[in-house]
Amino acid sequence: MSPDQTLAFETNCHIFDGCGFPAPGLHSFKFEPLFSVGGFDFNKPMLLALLGTVAIVWFFWAAFARAKVVPGKLQMIGEAGYDFVRRGLVYEALGKKEGEKYVPLMVSIFFFVWIMNLWSIIPVAQFPVTSIIAFPAGLAAIVYILWMYLTFKKHGFVGGWKNITGYDKELGAILPMIVVIEFFSNVIIRPFTHAVRLFANMFAGHLLLLMFTIGTWYLLNGIGIVYAGASFVMTILLTAFELFIQAVQAYVFVLLACNYVQGALAEHH
Amino acid sequence: MNALVQVAAEESENPLIPPIPELVIGLIAFAIVFIFLAKKLLPNINRVLEERREAIEGGMEKAEATQAEAQQVLEDYRAQLADARHEAARLRQEAQEQGAALIAEMRAEGQRQREEVIAAGHAQIEADRKQAAQTLRQDVGRLATDLAGRIVGESLEDVARQSRTIDRFLDELDDKASKSNDGSKAEAGR
Repeated sequence: MSPDQTLAFETNCHIFDGCGFPAPGLHSFKFEPLFSVGGFDFNKPMLLALLGTVAIVWFFWAAFARAKVVPGKLQMIGEAGYDFVRRGLVYEALGKKEGEKYVPLMVSIFFFVWIMNLWSIIPVAQFPVTSIIAFPAGLAAIVYILWMYLTFKKHGFVGGWKNITGYDKELGAILPMIVVIEFFSNVIIRPFTHAVRLFANMFAGHLLLLMFTIGTWYLLNGIGIVYAGASFVMTILLTAFELFIQAVQAYVFVLLACNYVQGALAEHH
Repeated sequence: MNALVQVAAEESENPLIPPIPELVIGLIAFAIVFIFLAKKLLPNINRVLEERREAIEGGMEKAEATQAEAQQVLEDYRAQLADARHEAARLRQEAQEQGAALIAEMRAEGQRQREEVIAAGHAQIEADRKQAAQTLRQDVGRLATDLAGRIVGESLEDVARQSRTIDRFLDELDDKASKSNDGSKAEAGR
């Protein structure tokens, strides 16, 4: 482990001690394996991902496994969350009849993303799993495959491509341009942006929190204590802000997924 | 700064290229969540939500039925009350009419009885008078005959004739008496 990768809290590195600011960076998203089985390194994000999975399943099991007509507290909270995604997102985009089939997937994605985001501000864990591109990429890939499958299933091979590329004879001369743009936009760029939007938000959020957390510790010397206070306040404010962003990003991720499915099912125009 | 660049160079992995182990773990984790939710827990809650919806709608229907019944009962009650009022009014009317009829009847009966009594009195008086007149007539006849016999000194033997004469005399008396009597009777009648 190089000095730059050392967590600021594990050192006595403070300002005026001849110690440079241990700025967070890409290395903050690299973890030494907790243990290795064969060639497989098991690290902290993986552990958090599995713990998050357990937490989601545990919560919904406790809330819904023995669901009652007159709900308990836990069931009521679960129902509120479930209803939020079902009515607020899926029914809004796809309608009740069409959307019902995709409710379980969208609910799963929403809570998976949200909890993986939430790790960012949970003490001790303090790392958003979704800031490792692999996790959002996996989810985006599932949505992308579903979108492709539905498009070709609904419109056939030619109709499917027409739907994807926005093919419309009335466009006339600009038709080829539209087709090329739509093809790149929908087939190549969209799954990438879908994953990166979530990844980058969580990545940046984590960097911000690290910056002010490390800053608070680093400034804790001499006159720097005053600035450490300001940095600490920023840490608190940004933690609250991140709490908000985490939910928003989960919402946006599912909203986009619903829109893609809706686009696949829509008649091409 | 140098160290940082060195580190960056060492770990030149692009953060946008997904590492395969994490990708696999992520997909497995999501699959676990999805299977639990889609296969067991969400169908579970959907069933319960449906049951609840039915229970609420059933409750509402029941409430509506109860309300309708209550309305019906109220209407029946009001109708009965109105009937009872009409009946009472009718009975009162009838009783009044009956009372009036009874009074009228009683009055008529009283009138009749009074007239009967008066008539009976009149008849009695008339009978008495007649009897008195009869007696008087006989007495007067006898006295007059006696008197005449004494005066004439002989008995008037022809009874028939005697009686006829006496009767004629008495009738004349009667006529006179009744003529004078009419005036006085009219006076008394007032």
